[in-house]
Amino acid sequence: MIDQGTLENTLAAATARGGEFAEIFVEDRQSSGALLDDNRIEELSSGRSRGAGIRVLVGESTGFAHTADLTERGLLEAAKAAADAARDGNGGVRTVDLSSQHVDSPSPVAIMPETVAKQRKVELLELANGAARQVGDSIAQVSVGYGDVRRRIQIANSDGLLAGDDQVKTRFSVSCVALGDTGMQTGRESIGHSMGFELFDQYDVTELAVKAANRAITKLSARPAPSGAVTTVIGKGGGGVLFHEACGHGLEADHVAKQATVFAGRVGELVASPLVTVIDDGTMPHEWGAFAIDDEGKPAQRNVLIEDGILLDFMWDELRARAEGRPSSGNGRRQSYKYLPMVRMTNTYIANGETDPEDIIADTDSGIYVAQLGGGQVNTVSGDFVFGMTEAYLIENGEITEPIREGNLIGNGPEVLTSIDALGNDFEMGAPGTCGKDGQGVPVGDGTPTLRVPALTVGGTAA
Amino acid sequence: MLDELLELGDRIVERANNGEQIEAIVVNERETEVRVYEGDVESFTSATSQGIGIRVINNQRQGFAWAGTLDPDVIDSTLAEARDNATFGSVDPDLKLAEPDGVPMAELDLYDPAVADFPTDDKIALALELEKMTKAGDPRIVLVESADFADSISEAAVVTTSGIRIGGRDAGSYVTSTVIAGGDDETQIGFGYAVGRNPGELDLVKAAEMAVERSTRLLGAVKPETGRVTVVLDPMVTAQFIGIIGATLSGEAVLKGRSLFADRLGETVASDLFTLVDDPTNPKAFTAGEADGEGLATRRNVLIEGGRLNKFVHNSYTARRLGTESTGNAVRGFTSTPGVGTIALSLAPGAREQAELIADIENGVLIQGVSGLHSGVNPVSGDFSNGADGLRIRNGELAEPLREFTIGSTLQRMLLDVIEVGGDLDWLPSSAAGLSLVVGDVTVSGA
Repeated sequence: MIDQGTLENTLAAATARGGEFAEIFVEDRQSSGALLDDNRIEELSSGRSRGAGIRVLVGESTGFAHTADLTERGLLEAAKAAADAARDGNGGVRTVDLSSQHVDSPSPVAIMPETVAKQRKVELLELANGAARQVGDSIAQVSVGYGDVRRRIQIANSDGLLAGDDQVKTRFSVSCVALGDTGMQTGRESIGHSMGFELFDQYDVTELAVKAANRAITKLSARPAPSGAVTTVIGKGGGGVLFHEACGHGLEADHVAKQATVFAGRVGELVASPLVTVIDDGTMPHEWGAFAIDDEGKPAQRNVLIEDGILLDFMWDELRARAEGRPSSGNGRRQSYKYLPMVRMTNTYIANGETDPEDIIADTDSGIYVAQLGGGQVNTVSGDFVFGMTEAYLIENGEITEPIREGNLIGNGPEVLTSIDALGNDFEMGAPGTCGKDGQGVPVGDGTPTLRVPALTVGGTAA
Repeated sequence: MLDELLELGDRIVERANNGEQIEAIVVNERETEVRVYEGDVESFTSATSQGIGIRVINNQRQGFAWAGTLDPDVIDSTLAEARDNATFGSVDPDLKLAEPDGVPMAELDLYDPAVADFPTDDKIALALELEKMTKAGDPRIVLVESADFADSISEAAVVTTSGIRIGGRDAGSYVTSTVIAGGDDETQIGFGYAVGRNPGELDLVKAAEMAVERSTRLLGAVKPETGRVTVVLDPMVTAQFIGIIGATLSGEAVLKGRSLFADRLGETVASDLFTLVDDPTNPKAFTAGEADGEGLATRRNVLIEGGRLNKFVHNSYTARRLGTESTGNAVRGFTSTPGVGTIALSLAPGAREQAELIADIENGVLIQGVSGLHSGVNPVSGDFSNGADGLRIRNGELAEPLREFTIGSTLQRMLLDVIEVGGDLDWLPSSAAGLSLVVGDVTVSGA
């Protein structure tokens, strides 16, 4: 991408006005997508975005500038803008010798999506559309999406670090609308991995389509969700997103530094049920949130955050780690070269338990079983969270019975963590996600085995 | 710069072959953002974003490609990619670019050169002042998590082979403060903001007071009991609510069978107090604009009038498919083809302030904030269930704060259950304006 000499010159310009740390982040992103909706291939789309972000740290202040001009002149201008923004004044000539380091990707690519004929992508869309529509006459609308992205990054900093990564992701999703006497209902399924077109050797898009269609049809006969506090069994896989929101964000060191989380100052304490171990792992091969290096050039790590209920550590980026005099945990990420990096999760999950999931349900007199969650949101300060259920059922006398309509689950993260009273042995990762924080979205994975929470508040419409 | 964007658009469009339609969107944006923390600059970001998007329609098929630069060198490859993509699209005789429709552009004066000229030191000073004012606002404020100043200048041009050549620019600035209030063994977060076309209009006092009030008044919050009550939606919540209603009135949702109002034009869908207008030509609207994403003039559209469903919003494609005219509601950036959406929504205001509305309610809840909207509302089925916080209304007065509960209903019912529309219209930094809205018979789920 950018040659070493230019990077060194840019870093020298960035620190020309002082500053203890400077960094250049170069990104070249190519994406392609295809959308089938309403029985038509509506659009194939391709995009290309290249640029560099430069930051300079002076004391507690960060200056940042970015540019789409990757010539040496463009980079030097951006470096000067970042240096001006940080404004120390104690300038001086500083030279930087970069030493290149290589980290193997946890997600080698077999088939680069850019080498696959567009016609093949279109055929997959049509295959899924046909399969979903064949599930039943009540399927009124189907939308199918394909997308791939290749993101090449390069990072150099004034500590002498020089590293790069080539990140490829491929995803596919099917959304169905079912129409019945009770109105319309929706069903959605998506897959996505840090891999190339070999994704479709591992997954059958027709199966995915059938699943999405059945989900919409099932919900046609769903009855209103109950309201109030109920025992809640969260199904394996997608339920992990709840813990991403309910506790993951509270374990990010930038929130901790500002005391803006209930977990601040609690390392070494019991913060969860002893059944619970929470791990954030950027090295999980081919998972949606995996990478070789983070967006600050640090190798991805497997970080155990909570072990047997005890809080071990937070997640760290370079900025927060420097302030505390400790190493980054490989959690410095950014949406693109246009943004400053922040502490972000990668693949966050609850580790496997020992109980047979069927026993967990059989042992539940009455409650709900949540098979799929939608998006959610958390107030990291109070720990209050809210989550949409996109597929859920009643549990009556130890059995899963009728489907219930969509509703939100709300609760308090720290309380839920301590109250988990059963953990299954069926761990699975969930669907690919995009985590939003402070206006930036990054790809993340999450997962969980089946688990039970004695009381979560369900916001149904049946009072 | 705007002329350069238009000329770049011209250079793309003039490459069209016989029978081929090309549309170019060219965008240039400049932003700065200052964040302060405990009396120091935490970060200062200066950024420019540029890009072109090219849409090609050939033989009744459509393709699209974009590039995040204005470098003329990328025109060739981007155009070639869009052309190649077009060969894989489905044949659709309704695929055509928008054509000039004779509707005149409003002259809105959305660009104030004061934004470009505002000195960096003054931006920092504004953010520091806001932090100080917020911190001093109440002894229970334990921390100002962040105080930000941000401004942006954005210019965009749309040029097509179908005779559209339009450019526009606007500027804006805002401040925002996020604070943490502390009480016995608990903390609550709150935020406040102020917006202005230029930094001189920013009302720091309002932003600080808002952040302080929203965080401190939730201290000591308890979980309410489950039941059905009348709720008053705070203006910010109402803005989110009408934004969702707006999404159900998109011509694309109607066309593809995803709108719960698809067959209901002319019917009563809401209380007769409910008049919903989308009007990007109102310069008070934060998202006001003269042209839509296809380069057609924006216009005032009354979507629901006195409870009666009057109109859906359309771009030129959805209008053509449904045998009507574009309402000037194409929405997009340079990385996508034009979609359809409301741009600047507001409700026709009533007469009374929030306190007067509350005074009439014996038992209810003021909803200060909702969370999980992107998951808690299904705009296709109308199911509505969201996390919320707020304050109990008892005998016409605000009482104890409430948290960790949900409010649930369906969109269809909520519209019909509107009891009163407040007179406190507030132009928020969003694509919908807010006011207090009283809705009856909403399920509050707590303990």
